[in-house]
Amino acid sequence: MTAPVTTPAAATGAGQLRRRRGYGDRMFRAAVFAAAGIVLLVLLGTGLFLAKEAWPALRHYGPLSFITSDRWAPSNATATGTHPNPYGILQFVYGTVLTSLIGMVIAVPVAVAVALFITDVAPSWLRRPLSYLVDLLAAIPSVVYGFWGIFALIPALYPIANFLISTLGNVPGIGIVFAGPFFGVSYFTAGIVLSIMVLPIVTAICREVFATAPADEKEAALALGTTRWEMLRMAVLPRSRSGITGAAILGLGRAIGETIAVTMVIGNSVLAISTSIFAQGATMASVIANEFTEATEPFHLPSLFVVAFWLLIISLIVNAAGKLVVRRARSDIA
Amino acid sequence: MYSTWAAAYDKATGVAVAYASIGSGGGIAQIQAGTVNFGQSDTGMTPTDLAAAKDGPILQIPLMLGAVVPAYNLPGIASGLKFTGNVLGEIYAGKIKTWNDSALKSLNPGVALPSEPIAVVHRSDGSGTTGIWTDYLTKESPTWVSALGGASKSAAQTVAWPVGIGGKGNEGVSAAVSQTKNSLGYVTADYAIAQHITYGQVQNKSGNFIEPCVPSLIPAVDGVTFPPSLNTSLTDGSNPDVYPITGTTYALIYQHQTSKATAASLINFFAWVLTQGQDMTAKLTYAPLGGALQKLSFAQLKKITVNGQALAK
Repeated sequence: MTAPVTTPAAATGAGQLRRRRGYGDRMFRAAVFAAAGIVLLVLLGTGLFLAKEAWPALRHYGPLSFITSDRWAPSNATATGTHPNPYGILQFVYGTVLTSLIGMVIAVPVAVAVALFITDVAPSWLRRPLSYLVDLLAAIPSVVYGFWGIFALIPALYPIANFLISTLGNVPGIGIVFAGPFFGVSYFTAGIVLSIMVLPIVTAICREVFATAPADEKEAALALGTTRWEMLRMAVLPRSRSGITGAAILGLGRAIGETIAVTMVIGNSVLAISTSIFAQGATMASVIANEFTEATEPFHLPSLFVVAFWLLIISLIVNAAGKLVVRRARSDIA
Repeated sequence: MYSTWAAAYDKATGVAVAYASIGSGGGIAQIQAGTVNFGQSDTGMTPTDLAAAKDGPILQIPLMLGAVVPAYNLPGIASGLKFTGNVLGEIYAGKIKTWNDSALKSLNPGVALPSEPIAVVHRSDGSGTTGIWTDYLTKESPTWVSALGGASKSAAQTVAWPVGIGGKGNEGVSAAVSQTKNSLGYVTADYAIAQHITYGQVQNKSGNFIEPCVPSLIPAVDGVTFPPSLNTSLTDGSNPDVYPITGTTYALIYQHQTSKATAASLINFFAWVLTQGQDMTAKLTYAPLGGALQKLSFAQLKKITVNGQALAK
C-alpha cells in the first residue's frame, strides 16, 4: 500500500519522459525499436549490398555504358575488354516498362469498372462477396499464374494475337509494334498476366476512393435527373482522379517487380530490344532469375547485380510515389 | 542418366549419390568452387575453366556417349524429318524463317511442310548440350559462324542467340517445344524420347541421314585421337553410320583428394559406372563408351591421389 506507484494523474506530457518506467515497458520499447531498426537496416543494407556487388562491373565498364547499350551478350565478355559493354541493360528496362505498361493499360480501366460496380451499382448483398473474390486474386501464387499463363492463356491468345497482327500489323508506322509472328510467349502475354495480378491492388484502392465520395453530391445529381452513369461521371470520378492515379502507380510498382510469372511467359530472349509486343523478350527481374545460377562469364554476376540495383531503385521510387499520391488523394476527398 | 545410376548403385552397394541437374555451366562452377565432390558437364572444361579450379587439377572422365537431337513440334508430321548442319545453322541464325523454305523442302520431298514461321527454341542457361550443338553448327554452317561473329564466339556453352525463345534446362526447351506449335529446339535424346517429342535425322559427313539411336552413337569415337585431358569434340564423325551431333558427358573430379573415404567412394562409384553402369545406358538412349575410351577413362581414375598417394589399383 505504501509502495511508490505512478498514478495516471502524474503522467502529464512534460513529466512523461522523466516518469519512472517499469522493466516490462523498457523491454517493450527496446523490442519495437529493434524491429523498426531491423526493417530500416534491411532496406539500406540491401541497397548497399547490391551496389557493392555491382561495383566491379560498374568500375570496369563505366556506369553509363550499361544504360546506353541494349545488347546483352555475356558470351562476348572478356576479362580485360571494356568497350563495347557486352552487358547493356536497356532492353530489360524496356521489357519491364513495356510489360508493365500493357498490364496497366488493361488493368486500370477494368479495375475502375469493377470498383464502380462494387461501390455503386451492385446490390448490397453482392458487395462483400465480390470484393472478397477480387482480393482473392491477389492470394494466387505467382508461379500458379505463370503455369496458367502457359497452359490456358497462351492457346487462347493465338487467335487474338493473329487477328491483331493481320490488322494492326499492316498499318504503316505502328505496324512494327504489332508485327508477327506470335509464338505464345511474348511481351504481350506477360503484360496480360501482369494485368490480372495487379487487378486486386488497383481495385481495392479504387474501391476505397470511390466509397469516400460524399453521398449528398451523388444524391443531388440523381435528384437532378441524371442517369446512374452520368451521376458517377459527375460526382464520383472527377474527385477520384488522383486516387485512381495513385492506385495505378501502386499497381505499377507490383508489376515491375513480378518475377516468376513473367519469366515463364515472356520467352527469355536477351540479345537486344524487339519492337513488336508479340516478340520474345526479358525483364529486369526475369533475366536475373534466369541467369544468376549460371553467371560464370567475366563480370556476368556483377552485371546482374547492376540490373538488380536498378530494379530496386525503380521499384522504391514507383512505390513511394504511388503511396504519396494515394495519401494525398485520400486527404483531398475526406 | 545419373539418377538411374545413383538409384541402381544405391541398390547394389547401399551408397547414396545425390545429383542435381543444373546445367553444365553450374556443374563446372560448383566443382571449381569445391562445393561438390564431383561435377558433370557435356562439354569439357576450357583451360581457363581448369585454371579457375580452387583445389588443383581436375580430371575429366568420359562416362557415356549422348546425342543432341533436333526436336520439333509440327502437327501431323512424324519423327524423321531430315536436316543438314548448314540448314540447322541457318535456322538458328534466323536466315531460314519458315518451315516451307526451299532448303527444308528439298531435303524432305513429299512432306507437307507448313508455311508457318519456325519458332526457334534454345537454352537460356549455360549448357554442355548447347556446347555440343553449337560445336556441330560451327563445323557445318558458315552462316551460323558469321551470324555469331566468328568461330571463337559461335561454339560455347553460352552463346548470343540471334533469334529464338529461351528455355531453362533440357526440361525448359522440351516444354517450350511441346507447347509451341511449329517450333524447333535441341535437347538430349533421352528428353525427346521421354517427353514424346518428334525429332529429326541429321546428315553426317559421309552424306547419310542418320537417326539418333544407340548404334549410331557408338562409332563417334572412331578415329578420334584423345588428348591427355580426354577433352575433345566428338561431333561430325567420319564413320558413314555415325550420328553427327554426339558428345560425351564428363565427370569432373579433383585429382588430389583430401579425404580417403571420399576418394574411395568416388573411385568405386565411377568404376561401377564405367563397368556395370554402361549396360544401363541404352535404355535412356545413351551409348556405352566402347573399349578404347573405357580404358582411357579408367586410366584417369587411377590418377586420383589422396595426400600424394595414388589410391586405385
